[in-house]
Amino acid sequence: MEDLKVKSNQAHLSKSLLDIMKTNISEYFMFIALIVIMIFFTITTDGVFISSRNISNLINQMGYIAVLAVGMTLIIVIRHIELSVGYLAGFLGAFSAIALTFWGWPIYAVIPAVMILGILAGLLTATPVAKLGVPAFVSTMAAGLIFRGALLLVTMGTGTIVIRDPVFNAIGNGYIPDIPLGGFLPGKHKLTLIIGLIGIILSILSAIKSRRTKLSYNFQVPSFGLFIAQLVLISGLIGYISWILSGYNGISWSLVILLLVVAVFQFITTKTPLGRHIYAVGGNPEAAELSGISVSKITYIVFAAMGLLSSLSGIMYASRLRSATTTAGLGFETDAIAAAFVGGVSAAGGVGTITGSIIGALVMMSLTSGMNLMNIDISIQYIVRGAVLVLAVVFDRITRRNQ
Amino acid sequence: METPILEMKSITKEFPGVKALDNVTFSVRKGEVHCLVGENGAGKSTLMKVLSGVHAFGTYTGDIFVEGELQKFNGIRDSERAGIAIIYQELALIPELSVYENIFLGNEVSNGIVIDSNESISQAIDILKKVGLDVNPLTKIKNLGVGKQQLVEIAKALKKEVRILILDEPTAALNETDSDNLLQLIRGLKEQGVTCILISHKLREVMEIADTITVLRDGKTVTTLDVEADKVNEPVLIKHMVGRSIDNIFPKRENVNIGEEVLRLEDWSAFSYALGRDILKNVNISVHAGEIVGIAGLMGSGRTELAKSIFGNPDHYRLSGKVFIHGKEQKFRSPHDAIKSSMAYVTEDRKGNGLILIDDVKHNISLANLKEITTGGVINENEEILIANKYRSELNIKTPTIQQKVRNLSGGNQQKVSLGKWLFVKPGIMILDEPTRGIDVGAKYEIYTIMNSLVEQGMSIIMISSELPEVLGMSDRIYVMSAGKINGEMPVEDASQEGIMALAVDY
Ligand SMILES: Nc1ncnc2c1ncn2[C@@H]1O[C@H](COP(=O)(O)OP(=O)(O)OP(=O)(O)O)[C@@H](O)[C@H]1O
Ligand SMILES: [Mg+2]
Repeated sequence: MEDLKVKSNQAHLSKSLLDIMKTNISEYFMFIALIVIMIFFTITTDGVFISSRNISNLINQMGYIAVLAVGMTLIIVIRHIELSVGYLAGFLGAFSAIALTFWGWPIYAVIPAVMILGILAGLLTATPVAKLGVPAFVSTMAAGLIFRGALLLVTMGTGTIVIRDPVFNAIGNGYIPDIPLGGFLPGKHKLTLIIGLIGIILSILSAIKSRRTKLSYNFQVPSFGLFIAQLVLISGLIGYISWILSGYNGISWSLVILLLVVAVFQFITTKTPLGRHIYAVGGNPEAAELSGISVSKITYIVFAAMGLLSSLSGIMYASRLRSATTTAGLGFETDAIAAAFVGGVSAAGGVGTITGSIIGALVMMSLTSGMNLMNIDISIQYIVRGAVLVLAVVFDRITRRNQ
Repeated sequence: METPILEMKSITKEFPGVKALDNVTFSVRKGEVHCLVGENGAGKSTLMKVLSGVHAFGTYTGDIFVEGELQKFNGIRDSERAGIAIIYQELALIPELSVYENIFLGNEVSNGIVIDSNESISQAIDILKKVGLDVNPLTKIKNLGVGKQQLVEIAKALKKEVRILILDEPTAALNETDSDNLLQLIRGLKEQGVTCILISHKLREVMEIADTITVLRDGKTVTTLDVEADKVNEPVLIKHMVGRSIDNIFPKRENVNIGEEVLRLEDWSAFSYALGRDILKNVNISVHAGEIVGIAGLMGSGRTELAKSIFGNPDHYRLSGKVFIHGKEQKFRSPHDAIKSSMAYVTEDRKGNGLILIDDVKHNISLANLKEITTGGVINENEEILIANKYRSELNIKTPTIQQKVRNLSGGNQQKVSLGKWLFVKPGIMILDEPTRGIDVGAKYEIYTIMNSLVEQGMSIIMISSELPEVLGMSDRIYVMSAGKINGEMPVEDASQEGIMALAVDY
């Protein structure tokens, strides 16, 4: 026994940065791939790709898919699939438009109402799955047809509904205000820089606190040098992104929503019992049930979350287009599923992270944006994106199997 | 001396953080039954996986010779070609396919395009005869008992020319009768010239069947013994395995102090929609504080179903009758309710429904009692590490770290993780379903000691077991089940193996 302990401590001590990278290769790989892709496009577009304006646009375009990808990750983690989210988002976007323009509802009533509708739709779709074990594939495909019909129905009389509410339209197109600091750093969005700075400080403080607690438990922590290196890397990353964004209009409201969604879901999945339960259900539903976790309750919760996120996605999209169209939401689910898989989710269940899927969404969106800048034909774009998707998943399988 | 049929020389195999095999030498004579024994995690299964090509050439160091010829197996197909067949610790049959389809899975008899079912079936009948299994080859696997499934596995292995048959804990899930049949079959194969390598934790059967025994400990060969020449007996074997002698496998409890009734079932019956029949019929049992109640019976007699039906009925049987916990009637709607009433259920099938294999040791241990380490809605992961390490050392779980995926642990150590998980719930009533299946003697002793100390502190244990010596050695009172009914109840003083068996087979 003693022997074993000593051995395991040595194993810990001898862990170098390389070892850590090796064991978590599938997690780091996509991040590295993302950076490679970004550098590639930066070079091929003479730096246009990494320009403040393009990055800002890229993020705003990605927002409504990324929030779906967050929910889709959890859906796939619990071994299901959600094919109705695209049309649900489209329908809820149209609903917002109608409530705002025809019924004259104020925006602060419309948004909560749409969010509640989204949750209810998610619960409804989940019912056959959770109650009777109907495959989610069927249940959500059926729901998708219904939402599509509903979308056509409500937009039938009017066709495209134009939204004139400036606050609503700011969600997808607006940016956080700046603070007047006179001639200091002209052309830069000051508040964005300040928020970036706060972000850096907070992440350093929380890293130090977590290290302290670990030490107080007498646990192994990475060496001081490695710790500093990690801090520098993270701070540099946040700093660089804020710097780029500050060069255009600063942080957009889309990004604010996305960051909030990611923060909340990242917290839930990694820090709370609910998160653990979700992964347990995905890893082995029977064992989870026997451990006192209600599989059907978790199924309802995850589908409801997906519904909620679909409503956000619908709002962001309608706002971005300043209108509701009859084809809104078309194919969103495919993009969200692709982002999740590129980000390392496993269809076998129990594996996949929120941050991974966000990176997946960034990879897919960078490809689109970069190829658009290079004037590559849409046909080739589809082929490239398909190839990247399958390559990512194949690589993921191989690295996992080798472990 | 004639060349051994198999020689493995200086085999070393490492996994990240674990040296599973350390310079192991293993030699098997032609036509013998060679048993491989050792503690959980000693490296037995790994050695056999190296031999069968699951761990391909190049992922280990050392040499394998079959009849003097150096072999480089890159996969299971290669070793099959060399006449080596392996039957794994876990059954690998497809439940929805028929017996004959399973036998020929991957080697279908066909004319190149279409499967020739008639030919397959007739060949299957011959092979089934060889293993002494009298079933219709068209029966689906899921409709066979485990004992028969195990025989189908062997039939599957024997369909080709086999020189060396490896069986990794084939009797772990079998009852005495089925085990005896299997041993008989191995003797028969030996007569036909097949060399058998058998891994088992059941030392009695090892003593019964082995010509030679090799003991592994911590990835090293401790010794190879000739059963007759070296006059091997169980205590000697145990000493080699665990490095110390264990006088009494079943430790005696210091003070037996049986208190008031904590659980009672009245006319408890269950109907399974899935099977379309009654699986429990008017069961009446009671369990007291500080008591170990053994439940004996054959495989399929309804013992696991009884446990599940009490423990919140996750399989949704239609139930009738009453459960009383501490004298109060309870209607559990889910395992969650049962856990809240301080019950725990350590399942028989740890892979199927006991553990999250893709998750690590610490998350598995904390899973059923996360609330204990949650403050303000957030899991305290540092506390979780402390707790996992506590159970790791208390139960002597062999793992490089508690961050190891449970899938990578040896079978016995997985069982210990499962036990640790439920000990952490700190239950008042604990149902243990085959608690020592696949566990080595040393660890068995540890688990029995833990059980004793738990009941001494007033806990109640219901122990379902197919191993009669264990039932007799550990229980205070014994129920015998057969075909969903309680066929008898007796204090341990009045019980005997023969008596229990007679009740168990009396439908
Ligand atoms: N794929 C793997 N990855 C990492 N470690 C492994 C892997 N397979 C086995 N091990 C480790 O190798 C050691 C030997 O395991 P092995 O399964 O051979 O034990 P065993 O003797 O068969 O035990 P048991 O009696 O419990 O079945 C154990 O410490 C186990 O955790
Ligand atoms: Mg084994």
